[in-house]
Amino acid sequence: MGGSFRGIEVEGLVREFGKGFRAVDGVDLRVEPGEIYGFLGPNGAGKSTTVLMLTTLLPPTAGVARVAGYDVVKQGAEVRSTIGAALQEAALDPFLTGREHLALQAAMHGIGRKERRGRAVELLERVGLTEAADRRVGGYSGGMKRRLDLALALVHGPRILFLDEPTTGLDPQSRSALWDEVSRLAKEGVTVFLTTQYLEEADALADRVGIIDHGKIVAEDTPDALKAEVGRSSIEARPADPRDLDDVARVLEQFGEPIAAANGSAAVRLEDKSQGLADVVRALDRQDLRVAGLELNEPSLDDVYLAKTGRKLEGAGDREEGTA
Amino acid sequence: MILTQVSQLSRRSIVRLLRQPEVVVPALLFPLLIFGFQAAGLGPAADIPGFPADSYVDFLLAFPLVQGTLFAAVSAGTDLAKDIETGFLDRLSMTPMQPLALLVGMLAGVICLGLLQSVVFIGVGLLVGVSFQAGFLGALVLVLLTALTALGFGGVGAILALRTGSGEAVQGLFPLLLVSFFLSSILLPRDLIQTDWFRVVATYNPVSYLVEGVRSLIITGWDVQALALGFAAAAGLIVVGLSGAVLSLRGRVART
Amino acid sequence: MAGAVAWRGIHNFFLNPALVIPALLFPLFFLAAFAGGLSRVADIPSFDFPAGYTAFQFVWILLQTVAIGGAFTGFAIARDFERGFARRYMLAAPRRGGIILGYVVVSLVRVTVTGGVATLVALVSGMQVLGSGVDLFGLLGLALLVNVAATLFSIGMAMLLRTSSGGFLIQTPIFVATFLSPVFVPLELLDGWIEAVASVNPVTFILQAGRGFVAGDPTGVALAFGLAIALVLVMLPWAFFGLRRAEKAG
Repeated sequence: MGGSFRGIEVEGLVREFGKGFRAVDGVDLRVEPGEIYGFLGPNGAGKSTTVLMLTTLLPPTAGVARVAGYDVVKQGAEVRSTIGAALQEAALDPFLTGREHLALQAAMHGIGRKERRGRAVELLERVGLTEAADRRVGGYSGGMKRRLDLALALVHGPRILFLDEPTTGLDPQSRSALWDEVSRLAKEGVTVFLTTQYLEEADALADRVGIIDHGKIVAEDTPDALKAEVGRSSIEARPADPRDLDDVARVLEQFGEPIAAANGSAAVRLEDKSQGLADVVRALDRQDLRVAGLELNEPSLDDVYLAKTGRKLEGAGDREEGTA
Repeated sequence: MILTQVSQLSRRSIVRLLRQPEVVVPALLFPLLIFGFQAAGLGPAADIPGFPADSYVDFLLAFPLVQGTLFAAVSAGTDLAKDIETGFLDRLSMTPMQPLALLVGMLAGVICLGLLQSVVFIGVGLLVGVSFQAGFLGALVLVLLTALTALGFGGVGAILALRTGSGEAVQGLFPLLLVSFFLSSILLPRDLIQTDWFRVVATYNPVSYLVEGVRSLIITGWDVQALALGFAAAAGLIVVGLSGAVLSLRGRVART
Repeated sequence: MAGAVAWRGIHNFFLNPALVIPALLFPLFFLAAFAGGLSRVADIPSFDFPAGYTAFQFVWILLQTVAIGGAFTGFAIARDFERGFARRYMLAAPRRGGIILGYVVVSLVRVTVTGGVATLVALVSGMQVLGSGVDLFGLLGLALLVNVAATLFSIGMAMLLRTSSGGFLIQTPIFVATFLSPVFVPLELLDGWIEAVASVNPVTFILQAGRGFVAGDPTGVALAFGLAIALVLVMLPWAFFGLRRAEKAG
């Protein structure tokens, strides 16, 4: 069996809970082999429910999903043997050591005794836990737990990796260490399906991004294309002499409509994508206006998110489940 | 494959247990504490006309031996509930795990605790002068019976954990199970229970037969009937506990 | 202040079935297991208690219930500390002794209900009471003093520990103290270490006087009340010691 397509294909995926509440409401998506797909959305948007269905832990109410060519409903065992998953909140036993976790996980996958040992050493090295390998997980930091979680997901050499909010609650350093590791895996040809509520995470890692809101995908494309579609750049200028503020603002208005700016500065959203910083500098020069600061702000996924859902995602990642 | 899984999961549950002295120590001390109070306070009960043993201490040693298995149930249930709460069970479900392997592996820790408890309680019994009428071999049979009982109650604990998914819920049932132990022939033989409803409850309570089987080895010697009933009760408990747990586990790890 | 603490505590207790039901069931369970299951103990030669075994056990169960009721108040305090509620009391109370008084009132109200239900069930299930109304007032008085002493002990412990996991350390001493007494048979029938311990345990004398009241043959009343009051007087500074430590910890 096992169809020809080695990525992830989802068509009309639905999951209902309780009295007809649709946590996932007709999701279509396609993840190419070797791609990092960023699944972006706030808490409760349906990200984790989708991941649970794709990893065969939750049967869909309707729709079809194929992972590595295997149907998640009819070929659960095949799907599970092909994928690795690090689900939300590192699910670890505080009383076992890192090495013991890896040995157990490898044994559950039917990996032989000798190979188990070697695999554990290699993966511990890979996620930087060699020194902590024989300490109990109860004493690990949040970042160490997530890294062990990742190592556990890799024990059986999966071709597709599901990471459900792998960096939620981590400090910036641990976060970037995990990003590096995920990028490295993708370079080695592993397909990564990554859910996140951090826009910059999707921006930094993902080849393509899908934005999910209220159980539906509202946008899907490469980060650059999404940004280009919604956002126009903006320019903010701060005159060297505060008395010039009005004149500077007038010059800027030739390039687009004024938008809110910091005190003592003026800003506009650029109307024409072909115009840039250089044009503005020249125009200011012609009027003999000198500026102390000039900034070009590229559109971000924040703008995309705002445009697509009508809400800001700001700070969502810092909130606890359920309060967002 | 399934043997590797069972052995690795067993190892895990035993290692995990031994690394939690806050579970092991109360499981050993609490039954002994109640045993001490009851044995001392009820000592004169051996003077009740028709009492079957020479000393109440001999009679009551079955109490910690059987009651200790309750801790096995609660500890197995709590551990499994924690695995559900943390998502550890989901992680295992992602592997080609056999539900039965998980269950047997998990209960290995319980049996281990049950064995430890019976050895300690028998040792304490010997120290305070209990003589085992069935001798050394009888003590071995006794350990076997309590280990089987621990397995059965462990299955019951697992059912509770799998149904509720909450460690607190499992622990909240501890008092209820403790009550069911007292409503048996654990403090007095059934024919010396005067209150009618109590005697009826104790007669239908399987705990009575577990207690009487264990007790017969201490105070009577080889009582085939009591032993047969005791092992039958343990076997029944195991069948109910394990099959219920396997069914609940199937529902819990609803993989496709 | 005392009123506010008491009102909230009582309110919390009665509106939470998870607290009310076990508190009501435990004495009933003891009544069933000990008074019901062990009634043949009264057939031990030289066991002499005219009101019968249920009445004999009932007195211990009542005292145990009111003492453990005190421990549960300690649990509530420990929870209040964990959730930061206790700090609010500390900030609000000009005279913090009012906090202790409030908790004692909560405890008294609780055990009035739980003890009352236990008494009712014991009577319905056929307990004989040979003592007069005045005698029963004596038993009630002893029970209230025991509750106050146990509550003050638990307050002190809870304020020292200030975490829910300290529940074991609050409950166990009370549990042990009540069990190291002639629970199942009169003191004269005990021998060995338990007799040695029980004959110096103040709970024993309170228990014996209580049984005397029920049997209509009050004995050692002055000693029992003296000991009960002494327990309260000893535990009072203990509770305040705990309060001071809690204040220092902030």
